[in-house]
Amino acid sequence: MKDKPDVLQGTLTLMVLKTLDVLGQQHGWGIARRIEQISGDLLAVNQGSLYPLLLKLEHEGSIASEWGASDNNRRARFYRLTAAGRKQLQAETREWEQTAAIIARFFKVKAEDLT
Amino acid sequence: MKILRRFLIRLSNFVTQRRADQRLRDEIAEHLAFQTEENMRAGMSPTEARRQAALKFGAAEAISELHHAEQSIPFIENLFFDLRYAVRILVKSPGFSFIAIATIALGIGATTAIFSVIDATLLHPLPFPHPAELVRVEDDLPGVGAHGVGVSVPEWRDLESSGIFQSVAITGTGANVNLTGSAQPLRLNFKQVTPNYFAVLGVDAQLGRTFNPSDTTPGYNLEVVISDGLWRREFGADPHILGKALRLDNDDYHVVGVMPRGFRDQGSTSDEQNTELWLGAGFAGLPFYPPQRGIRLRSRAVIARLKPGLSIAAAQGRLDALVDALKKQYPAEYPAQTAWTVRLISLSESVVASVRQSLILLFGAVALVLLISCVNVANLLLARASVRGREIAVRQALGAQRTRLIRQLLTESMLLFLLGGVAGLAILFCAGPLLLRLVPESLPHVNDISVNWGVLAFALAVSVAAGTIFGLAPAWLMSRVDLIGTLRQEGRGSSGSFKRSRARQILVISELALSLVLMVAAGLLLRSFWHLFKVQPGFNPDRVMAIQTWLPGPNDPTKDIYRTATQESVLLREILRRSRSLPGVEEVAAGDGTALPLGHSRPSPLPLIREGIEAMDNQAPVIDSPIVSPEYFHLLAIPLDRGRFFNNQDLENTPQVAVINEAAAREYWPNQDPLGKRVRLSLDARELSSSATPAWTTIVGVIADAHTESLADAAIPQIYRSVYQHPAKSLAIFLRGQVDPSTISAQMRQQIQSVDPELPVFLAETLDDVLASSLSVRRFSMELIALFAATALLLAGLGIYGTISYVVNEQRREIAIRLALGAQRGTILNIILRRGLGLAAAGAGLGVAGALIVSHLMAGLLYGVSPNDLPTFAGVTFVLTAVALAASYIPALRAMRLDPITTLHSE
Repeated sequence: MKDKPDVLQGTLTLMVLKTLDVLGQQHGWGIARRIEQISGDLLAVNQGSLYPLLLKLEHEGSIASEWGASDNNRRARFYRLTAAGRKQLQAETREWEQTAAIIARFFKVKAEDLT
Repeated sequence: MKILRRFLIRLSNFVTQRRADQRLRDEIAEHLAFQTEENMRAGMSPTEARRQAALKFGAAEAISELHHAEQSIPFIENLFFDLRYAVRILVKSPGFSFIAIATIALGIGATTAIFSVIDATLLHPLPFPHPAELVRVEDDLPGVGAHGVGVSVPEWRDLESSGIFQSVAITGTGANVNLTGSAQPLRLNFKQVTPNYFAVLGVDAQLGRTFNPSDTTPGYNLEVVISDGLWRREFGADPHILGKALRLDNDDYHVVGVMPRGFRDQGSTSDEQNTELWLGAGFAGLPFYPPQRGIRLRSRAVIARLKPGLSIAAAQGRLDALVDALKKQYPAEYPAQTAWTVRLISLSESVVASVRQSLILLFGAVALVLLISCVNVANLLLARASVRGREIAVRQALGAQRTRLIRQLLTESMLLFLLGGVAGLAILFCAGPLLLRLVPESLPHVNDISVNWGVLAFALAVSVAAGTIFGLAPAWLMSRVDLIGTLRQEGRGSSGSFKRSRARQILVISELALSLVLMVAAGLLLRSFWHLFKVQPGFNPDRVMAIQTWLPGPNDPTKDIYRTATQESVLLREILRRSRSLPGVEEVAAGDGTALPLGHSRPSPLPLIREGIEAMDNQAPVIDSPIVSPEYFHLLAIPLDRGRFFNNQDLENTPQVAVINEAAAREYWPNQDPLGKRVRLSLDARELSSSATPAWTTIVGVIADAHTESLADAAIPQIYRSVYQHPAKSLAIFLRGQVDPSTISAQMRQQIQSVDPELPVFLAETLDDVLASSLSVRRFSMELIALFAATALLLAGLGIYGTISYVVNEQRREIAIRLALGAQRGTILNIILRRGLGLAAAGAGLGVAGALIVSHLMAGLLYGVSPNDLPTFAGVTFVLTAVALAASYIPALRAMRLDPITTLHSE
């Protein structure tokens, strides 16, 4: 059986930021679920590993968190993007697109193009 | 920015011990509940739904650990944890901890002590602004073997206008002057300096002013600047001192300034650094010679401040060009065969050059002691590895990472070394004043030695470096235990310790080798010192005292009541007559400062013009020329080789005569009879007005060489002249007999001042003391190195004892089995002793090789003993081997007396 690809720490950060950007305020499980859904269950995110990352992002000031009540009235910790986080997301999105574009160009190249 | 913010939050969390554990637990519970609900919606049973949720979440413990690591700073947390653990371990084995800490304290304390001396002498910049610009200018005539001959006034002016220097000053090198007018005439240390002297140094007065740098008075400008010490001592820190007249050598000088409290003059002797008066002079008018290129200012130094940004090498290059140009311009004054050169030396270097080698040797020695003590501690740490092998194996079996273990062990050794460093510093602080008394007075900057921040930083750095280097290797080896083997052995000591045991042997061998190097160095120095101490000085210092006085020399020679030898002889004969009548005195004689054996640090040699060979000062070799009374040679028991001594008929109006020593005869009249040869010595400044050219002096006697200049060097040419033909301002009265050193000063003062109440009497000392203090720097370094060597030997002995004990302990089963099978106890003893001997032989072999290198490096400090001195090497090797054998003997004895039954049963 082929392993599901590991998610690199950097990409996971980007995914978390983008999720919060799209969904607004969200709790941990919501973020994990969303990432899973969008990646079509192809990525094996060990859901728990999200929490140290969330704490790190919070320490860095990209996101903020507070306790609140969820849809079904349970106490949950909600994360939201800060202004700094938004800026970081924009910068990282740009970088990612650049990288992706370069890689894509490499894949397009055929042997005869190089001669 | 982000990283900093994250770090600060974590740091504050760490400091305030804020935990996020509860928050994470809540979040996890929350997360699992959401996921379980979702799973149930997908149709799982509640149990299965919870199980799947937990699986999907991952290992909660690992995540919690990661989360905690993010919340706080695990590195520091672990460090604190390790430290707590290390303290517990150290406290648990107080014996080990004490020995280790004491050993390190010894090494670091001693190294720091020597470093504080080096810091004060070699590393501290001179206390003047931009000290790197300050240089000493030395004139040499290498063609005639004359060095430091002094500058002439026209040359000084050439230097001033050369564009190489900001300014150039001429300065005396410390001389006596009499301060009269108060109850007792005082003899003070003064320097005559050109008025720009303080401008060159870049210091200003605390009260009043220094000299005006553009003052061009040819002679003395009759202004005096005084030191803070003199101001406080003699004038009660009188704020109205400015303008007050001081009577110095019968001339009135006006105080224009007081130097700041911390100001100490530059110079290589403590006398020079303790200068208390500065007189401004142009060195070009009375009482100095009129400026002439050929007349050099002897016993004067030239210091200068280079143009900013000019290196000494670059300045030297330009100076060489200037010298070449001057030689072309004045060929008559600078004969080619004298090869006149001018040398620039950095001022700081000129002050400490004489002691540099001794200090570096001391530092090398103390570094070896430090190395040995560190090796010893590393050895102790390794010895403990065999005890702690199980603990470490168990921890590794439970999953401790190796790096984590190394960090733990390293923390322990670091703690040991830091505690050792602190203990060493504490000892240094307590014993500091005591140790300072060992430091000879003659060491430059001796008053600046202190334990300052730089020294503290040094001690800390050394502790940390030593802790890292010497903790890492044992930690590395300790963490490499063979898990299964160690655990299976049930605490019987580890068999996987072969590497460790080899490491210990290497450590012991290096310890022995280093100790041997130190002991050889100490042995050679000891023998040198002994040779010097036992050297036949060529004169008899026994029961001889010297007491000094100074005859004032007013600026106007015609006002000098002791101007001519005839005038002075009246005074001198009376002083000698009265001294002879003092109780206990058997013999008396007089001489000038140069005649005081080993007493003067800076002789000022005069050019020696031999009849028919040299025509002028600049061509002539220079020679020391003491002035003595006829009784001098007999009093000091210096034997006559040929000719005659002075007698009382050699007077000012009879033909001038001189006595030379063998060295001078050999040097200047090789294969000839010097008797009857005629020479001319340059004029003394005081004789200036009596005649224009000095009269010919005939050599009438040759005396045996005596070590009056330097104990280490007998053959320094000297020419003696009679005080009854040449007046001398500095006078030493020599007394031989049963005199009481405590009262003689007062008695002599009374006698001398009853002849002339204006004369000061100072510095009564026995020649034995003078002799001893002339060896003080050598004695200091020898004593310290001997002390270091003894310490090293002790440590090496402990090291070999520890290693052999360890070997015996490790092999006690094997020994017990051998004994049970009938081995002779003597054989066991032999085997163990042979081990010790093997280590000693390897150490000695390496050590001898190292010692040969070191002894050749220190050849300059040796006297009368070759760097390859066989007795020293053999003796030291023997002592080391004996100590190694003795240290192995105790554990060997223990092995021999092993009871096989108990030993085998206990395991």
